[in-house]
Amino acid sequence: MELLSYLINGISLGSVYAIIALGYTMVYGIAKMLNFAHGDVIMVGSYIVFIAVNQMGIPPLAAVLLSMVLCTVLGLVIERFAYKPLRGAPSLAVLITAIGVSYLLQNLALLIWGSDPKNFTSVVNIHALELHLAGGQIVVSSETVVTIISAAIIMVGLSAFVNHTKLGHAMLAVSEDKGAAQLMGVNVNSTIALTFAIGSALAAVAGVLLCSAYPSLQPTTGAMPGIKAFTAAVFGGIGSIPGAMLGGVLLGVIEILSKAYVSTQLADAIVFAVLIIVLLVRPTGLLGKPMNEKV
Amino acid sequence: MKKFLSAALAAAMAFSLVACGSTPSSSAGSAPASEGTSAPASASEGASATGGVFKIGGIGPTTGGAATYGNAVKNGAQIAVDEINAKGGIQFELNFQDDENDVEKAVNAYNTLKDWGMQVLLGTVTTQPCLSVAPEAAADNMFLLTPSASNVDVIAEDNAFQVCFTDPNQGIASADYIADNGLATKIAIIYDSSDAYSKGIRDKFVEEAGTKGLEVVADEAFTADSKTDFSVQVQKAKDAGAELVFLPIYYNEANLIIQEMDKQGYDALIFGCDGLDGLLTIEGADLSLFEGVMLLTPFVADADDEATQAFVTKYQEQYGEIPNQFAADAYDGVYAILAAIEQSGATADMDASTLCDALKGAMTQITVDGLTGEGMKWAATGEVNKAPRAMKIQNGAYTAM
Repeated sequence: MELLSYLINGISLGSVYAIIALGYTMVYGIAKMLNFAHGDVIMVGSYIVFIAVNQMGIPPLAAVLLSMVLCTVLGLVIERFAYKPLRGAPSLAVLITAIGVSYLLQNLALLIWGSDPKNFTSVVNIHALELHLAGGQIVVSSETVVTIISAAIIMVGLSAFVNHTKLGHAMLAVSEDKGAAQLMGVNVNSTIALTFAIGSALAAVAGVLLCSAYPSLQPTTGAMPGIKAFTAAVFGGIGSIPGAMLGGVLLGVIEILSKAYVSTQLADAIVFAVLIIVLLVRPTGLLGKPMNEKV
Repeated sequence: MKKFLSAALAAAMAFSLVACGSTPSSSAGSAPASEGTSAPASASEGASATGGVFKIGGIGPTTGGAATYGNAVKNGAQIAVDEINAKGGIQFELNFQDDENDVEKAVNAYNTLKDWGMQVLLGTVTTQPCLSVAPEAAADNMFLLTPSASNVDVIAEDNAFQVCFTDPNQGIASADYIADNGLATKIAIIYDSSDAYSKGIRDKFVEEAGTKGLEVVADEAFTADSKTDFSVQVQKAKDAGAELVFLPIYYNEANLIIQEMDKQGYDALIFGCDGLDGLLTIEGADLSLFEGVMLLTPFVADADDEATQAFVTKYQEQYGEIPNQFAADAYDGVYAILAAIEQSGATADMDASTLCDALKGAMTQITVDGLTGEGMKWAATGEVNKAPRAMKIQNGAYTAM
């Protein structure tokens, strides 16, 4: 009984990681860069929803859509001004730029919204969606239900988009070989921009779900879940969409179970130890494609 | 590709370390970091005034994640300085330097203030920078009075005194209060093991609880890196049958824990220390969940005594926000310095070291009725002796118990 409720908590936390990880993995898979600012786009998205709902009285669903649109714009702006000029630069330079963007967003948020935490009102608090299992002993909150369903829908939708549309094929082509894709008439720059747009819209959704489940909003809200989700993406095989999903859920479950049965303090150490072991055995992650180094 | 990935992972780890380092400071902030770093205008005006002005240096974060604390101290101290100067007699000049809650910048600020001619140091505000400034001040024999750095090591030297409680004292006082008032016998603790403040209180609480016949049935920790999900900690407390949950943590995490308790239908008493002061200011929070939360804190702005109300009104007029405990600590700190100067008969032409020797002795003789406690007295160790006040949240406001 206890185990079941810990498992549900783990899957819930893991689904949030999974949605964030999808954003990391998309951008990595196509642009071959780690967008460390992803966690902070999540934070911005959450603030937009918070302001729209609490201060402007916009209905939650409309607020989420607004947040997705604004985050998409933000993602495109970041890509255009911070990453695009560095397209030919060594990957380490791009990585440092991404960390810079991450701090820029955090500090801007600190300036605009202040460091005091805001209490995020859950946008998915629907009683009809609450599940009562085992005679009411285990309550699964509507946030958990919505998070798990959204994560699944997003994963399936993204896979379908990448594998079955023309734009998706263009993404795959760019991911395989930028130069060759360009020669074949694929517009590499706009494909990468599209990837950032999708990733940022996902970040807005992830932010809403993260803050609905754990309702505290601060400029640093996105930082730690961002890093955990990045870990999840690597765990599942970075670049792989189902991998991000699997990695996220596993990470959440391992985290909660090690908190419950080993030690609340050692949970992170255990999570990262598991990551190291997985990477030793499978360097490309659980579902990652084995990569052959070109010589 | 593998090489790149490992480089990226290494960077990620470094990044996460940086993130960890910065989180504790931001975990309890409550005001925008937009205040400037310059010393208050009135301080520079006072500089050219007649002789007999004591130069007080202040150090604390007025920008960055912990800016709330530094600005509160700066503003609270300034109000006290203005009041004292308006009365005539002993005159003060306050020069407040920003340390951004950074160890090195705090030492730089200390040296800047020394060049300026500081005679007394009011600071530093936060614990880590204070630990690095304290040895410098001890070497110079500079009188140091920290309003809010609560670690015991801060006052290791005999030139250093505190206005706030030390962390261990809060733990002892909490256990005593719970036992003496028979609030509960089975207690769960949820604390932040990566934070010196939280762990310090928790350690002493556990010790004292043992001698007071309280049973700690669940002792659950979290760290700065995993403080979003509290489902496990709350469930363990619930399963252990704790009647009271002790939260020696900051209000942001406490808010999440209280919501998780509500979600799990776990109805227990909640007791915390001064870190919980701030719960009621969380924007958008469901205040009804906080009803009945108890906390030991030296200062709440809603208290209805005259001195508090006058201070709060003045603070709001000048700075447009409600003062927190740090502002009150700083206010009391300036008055403690005044009392010590009067007691020792020190004069403004003394150099810092002579003044320090005079004030050290005087500190143990004075009694200050301040905002954060009546009849505050200091021991030669630098620890303050004042009674903590227990507050309970009722009808969305702090009420004295």
